[in-house]
Formats: sequence, C-alpha cells, structure tokens
Amino acid sequence: MNLHEYQAKQLFRAYGMPVPNGVVAASPEEAETAVGQLSTPKVVVKAQVHAGGRGKAGGVKLVDSAAEAKEWAAEKLGTNLVTYQTDANGQPVNQILVEETCNIASELYLGAVVDRATQRIVFMASTEGGVEIEKVAEETPEKILKATVDPLVGVMPYQARELGFGLGLNPDQIKQFTKLLMGLGKLFIDKDLALVEINPLVITAEGNLLCLDGKINVDSNAMYRLADLQSMRDVSQEDARELEASKWDLNYVSLDGNIGCMVNGAGLAMATMDTIALYGGFPANFLDVGGGATKERVSAALELILSDSKVKAILINIFGGIVRCDMIAEGIIAAVGEKGISVPVVVRLEGTNAEEGLKLLDNSGLNLIGASNLAEAAQKAVEVSGA
Amino acid sequence: MSVLVNKDTKVICQGFTGKQGTFHSEQAIAYGTQMVGGVTPGKGGSEHLGLPVFNTVRDAVETTGANATVIYVPAPFCKDSIIEAAEAGVELIVCITEGIPTLDMLEAKIVVDQNDVRLIGPNCPGIITPDECKIGIMPGHIHMRGKVGIVSRSGTLTYECVKQTADLGYGQSTCIGIGGDPIPGTSFIDALQLFQEDPETEAILMVGEIGGSAEEEAAEYIQSNVTKPVAAYIAGVTAPTGKRMGHAGAIISGGKGTADEKFAALEKAGVTTTRNPSELGLAVKTATGW
Repeated sequence: MNLHEYQAKQLFRAYGMPVPNGVVAASPEEAETAVGQLSTPKVVVKAQVHAGGRGKAGGVKLVDSAAEAKEWAAEKLGTNLVTYQTDANGQPVNQILVEETCNIASELYLGAVVDRATQRIVFMASTEGGVEIEKVAEETPEKILKATVDPLVGVMPYQARELGFGLGLNPDQIKQFTKLLMGLGKLFIDKDLALVEINPLVITAEGNLLCLDGKINVDSNAMYRLADLQSMRDVSQEDARELEASKWDLNYVSLDGNIGCMVNGAGLAMATMDTIALYGGFPANFLDVGGGATKERVSAALELILSDSKVKAILINIFGGIVRCDMIAEGIIAAVGEKGISVPVVVRLEGTNAEEGLKLLDNSGLNLIGASNLAEAAQKAVEVSGA
Repeated sequence: MSVLVNKDTKVICQGFTGKQGTFHSEQAIAYGTQMVGGVTPGKGGSEHLGLPVFNTVRDAVETTGANATVIYVPAPFCKDSIIEAAEAGVELIVCITEGIPTLDMLEAKIVVDQNDVRLIGPNCPGIITPDECKIGIMPGHIHMRGKVGIVSRSGTLTYECVKQTADLGYGQSTCIGIGGDPIPGTSFIDALQLFQEDPETEAILMVGEIGGSAEEEAAEYIQSNVTKPVAAYIAGVTAPTGKRMGHAGAIISGGKGTADEKFAALEKAGVTTTRNPSELGLAVKTATGW
C-alpha cells in the first residue's frame, strides 16, 4: 500500500525525523488558511498523488501569498495529475500539502528497502539527491552508500556514522543524521515498510538536515496489524477495477489489450498473458482467481473482465489440481449462462476431471470454445479477438 | 534417490485439525506419505484422521520421530510456527501459507538458518517425490516418477511442467515449489545444487517469474556448478512495471527484475529457454537430446 507524501511526513515527524512545517488542504479555502499558519514568506504547494515526477508535471509550485495558494489549489483540486509515472489518465488530486520553504545548500538521497538478495533491510544514501536513484545506481553506482540491517537488531548508530561520514557530513550533521536514521529504522520495522525514500533529504543553508519529500510503501500482507495505517489508505488513487477485485479477494491488474483473462494461479496467469502476446494478441488484464474457483468467484471475475469495454474475447485457463475441472465448468456455465455474455469465450481445462469438464462445456449449448492446451487456447482467443 | 523427501520421510502437520490441514493431510495419507501426527495447541492427546495430535511441535517430534513438518496455519501465526518447528529439531519445514508479512519472514529465516534447517516456501505448493512422499497441495495423480527435477516459483506452472514432462514419458525425480514470496526459504540455487547432486535427476526444469534477481543468481550458479542439462521458462514478459502480479514477489521495480533480463542471463549461462509455456516439456527434450 502506498502513502501520500503528507502521510509519510506525519510518520517521519512521529519518529523524530525533521520535516518542514506543513498543512494539508482539501479545498482552496483550506489552502488559503494554511498559508497563514506557516511562517516563511514563500510557501510551497504540492499536489498529493501516488506517483513521482510531480515537479515536472506541474504538481508543485512556489507561491508568494495566500491568494496565490488558493488560486493554485482551485486550479488543481479535482483534476488528474499526469506524470511520467502515471498512466495517460493520471491520478486524482484531492489534497494539497502547503509547506514552509527553506534555503537549500545541498540535496542528498536516503532510502531503505527489503533486499531480496541479502534477505536483510538495506539502507541507501547518496550525495546525488533530487534525481532518480535508479539513474544514479546505473550510471554511478559508487555514489550509493549502503548499510545492511539485521531486522532482529535494527539500525546501529555506527551504521549511521558510516553513512554520514561517507556523505561528507560535519560532526553536528552526523548527530542529526544518526537520530534521523535510527528513527527511520524504527519506523521501517514498526510499520512493516516495504520501501521508504527521502528524496531529497536536504542540508539547509543553516546546515541542518530536513526531509523535503517522503515516499512510503507498506507491506500489504502486514496491514492486519497496522490499525493506524489502515485509515491512511486512499482508494481514490487505486484503479477502480483493481479495487473491486480486491473486495472479492481476486488478484487483478488492468492492462491495455482486448483479451480478458481468467486463470488459476499467479504464475499461470502471467504465462497466459505471455502466450497471448506470443501469438500476436493483447491481454486486457492479469487475473488470478485462486485455488477455490467457485461459481460465485468465477461469476465475479467475469463481471470484472466485462466491465472493461475494451474486451473483445475472454480466455479462461484453469489447471485443475485439488479443484475439479467439472466443478469449474459448472461454475463457468452458470456464470456465462446467467450473464448472457456476448463476446466469445475460449476455455482451456486441464488436470483433474478435465475431460468431464470439457464435455459439460460442449453440451451446455453456450457459445464456449474449448481448447486442450494453453497454446491452442491462446491462438483461438487471438483469432476471435480480431487482433 | 530423490531430493529432500522420500518414502522414509516422517511428516507432521502444523494446523492439523483446521480445514486446510485436514483436507491436505487426508490427501497426503491417501497418496502414501508417511504422516505420523499433527500439532494443534490445546488439542494435544486427541486423535485426528487416525493420527495423534500434539500441543507442541517438540512433543510431536519427540514422540513420533518426525523429521519434516508442513505448515497450514494462518499467515499472522506463521513466523511463530516456522520458528517453533526450526527449534524443535525437524530437518525440513514446508510452509504453504500465503500472505506472511515480509519482515516476519526475514526474522524467521534467520532462525531457520541458525538451526541449519531446510525451509521450503512460504506461499508455495510444497514438495513431492512421485510415488513416495507428497507434502503440500499439489494434485498427486498428475505426477509420474522419473528423471526430471522441477523447481518453480509458481504452483500451477509447476503442474504444467509435471504434465508436460509426464506426457513425454520423462517423469519427475522431485518437484520443489519454492514459492512466490520475496523471501523464500529455499532458493533456485539451493534446489539446483540438490538436483545436481541427486543421481536420479538427469535434467532440471526451472520456472521463474518477474521480480528480484533469483533467476540471474541461478544463471551464474548454473554456469559454474551445474553439469546436467537445464531448461527454463520465465513468466511475466507482458507484466507492467510497478504492479504486483498476484505473488508478493512478482513485481518489476525500478526497471529491474524483468523477464527479458532473466531470459538473457539464463541463455548466457547455456540454459535452454522457451518463451512458450506450452513447450516446457519440449525445452527439456531440446536441452537433453532425449
């Protein structure tokens, strides 16, 4: 689950990390009032969306007055912000963070992720703040300093000193950085973070550290034990169909193509998309119905697929294991029969009771196209999709 | 021969009397797995499916001599269950459960490693040596004893591998589902090493997917350590960046972990790859010349 910048900064503040004073505004009037609560002559207004690249996309502005903040908020709120990280529709702007400004002497980068290769939490710091860290990693990997943290031990002060001296900080800044990194380490573990980035972490003209931006991704598997973060979920930033799918406990991801897919198992679902592409077609979605593909779930999945008007054909690919194919066939027949689906449906059943399942589909009188393996199913789906 | 499990493996089940534990233990018993008991705290002393139930893994191991355990407990309790098993002296832990918080797994893995225990999973179908021992949720009847070692991050794609290698008459020595989570107990490299050392395994079929760099690391390992023919498939060529594709570990982040990169690394290591998941068996045929 992603957090907004203002939410990340709330957490930073709660863990003793330095962040600029700021107020969140959901209306132009609130933005106007917010300016009066801040003490710098200029303030910065920042659109709150779950995407990076806001600056270049016109989602951040320096303003001189409350009136100007109000005007900008009126212009941005309720619109969608398109950045290089969003799709063509962009992400809706429902809040604006109004924040005090500072004089920046230099920009650093600080981030942390769960590193799969070392199976530890890795903190990364760099003097190359303000730019994309992936670019730094590719072009000048020596400029990324790392500290590997054992989750059972947490961040040690020496690790902060190692990173801090490596960044060229002075002794007073080292003290600030140590406090900041210890706080961030505790936050990472307390709140089950998957990723945190402070880019940039600035050194002000006065020589102090300040977290100017904040990006946090929380481990979705841990949400059950993070009551305080559950209320931070902003569903307006999520894809509508993906949101609907999550209510049914279905794994769904929207894609650009026209062949709707329903598959059991995440790996097989990806393989199904890949096979469609291999035969020149375009998958409309990733959809894993999971192991318990009951009639209700099949029905919900079909509804989801058909809510995408781009869909011109459906490919159902089920490898029956513990779940029997004849049961799934009954689910498909019931769901397709009830809904009166107008697009062609290709069904591939394999595994337990596949033959019985295919026979049921044949005898159903419905317009279902059977296939005995994935390649054949994909070819047929591509054909009927008119690709 | 086979790897990790065979007819002598004595298995207990954690979460034995629950719905999942009950159903899959019944299936395992029917397949011929040597199930020797189970653990459900508070139900110790009773009997379930004709087998003894214990309060703790330690009790179960001491009484039955079990050397393997399979975990079906809900995700919030898995860290505790894995660590309990690791410290009770079993040699093999198979964790089927999906949805365990990543930090829980980081911590559990440290304890597992300290105790020198083999963990398979989580978020996996389990492990099977056909005709001898089935630990997990895979359908037993599609398997055929034979000479291909299968290792995969995906459950149903493992079944595809099994079906296709059975259809060609090759069969499987052992199939290991290492699972779709970012922090797996057993890596591709661990499985490759086991298959390389197993005399019954004549070829290896590995199925990876987007996310992380486990396949690239496996490619390096294969180049310098594996002399048996290896065939491979990677799922997710069409997956978009930044989206979690069902599995917690299947995500391309920062442009890293793409299927194309993984295919390239494996091909560079001399692995026979296929981009068509309907030709997994054929890839083994090509790799081996059978």
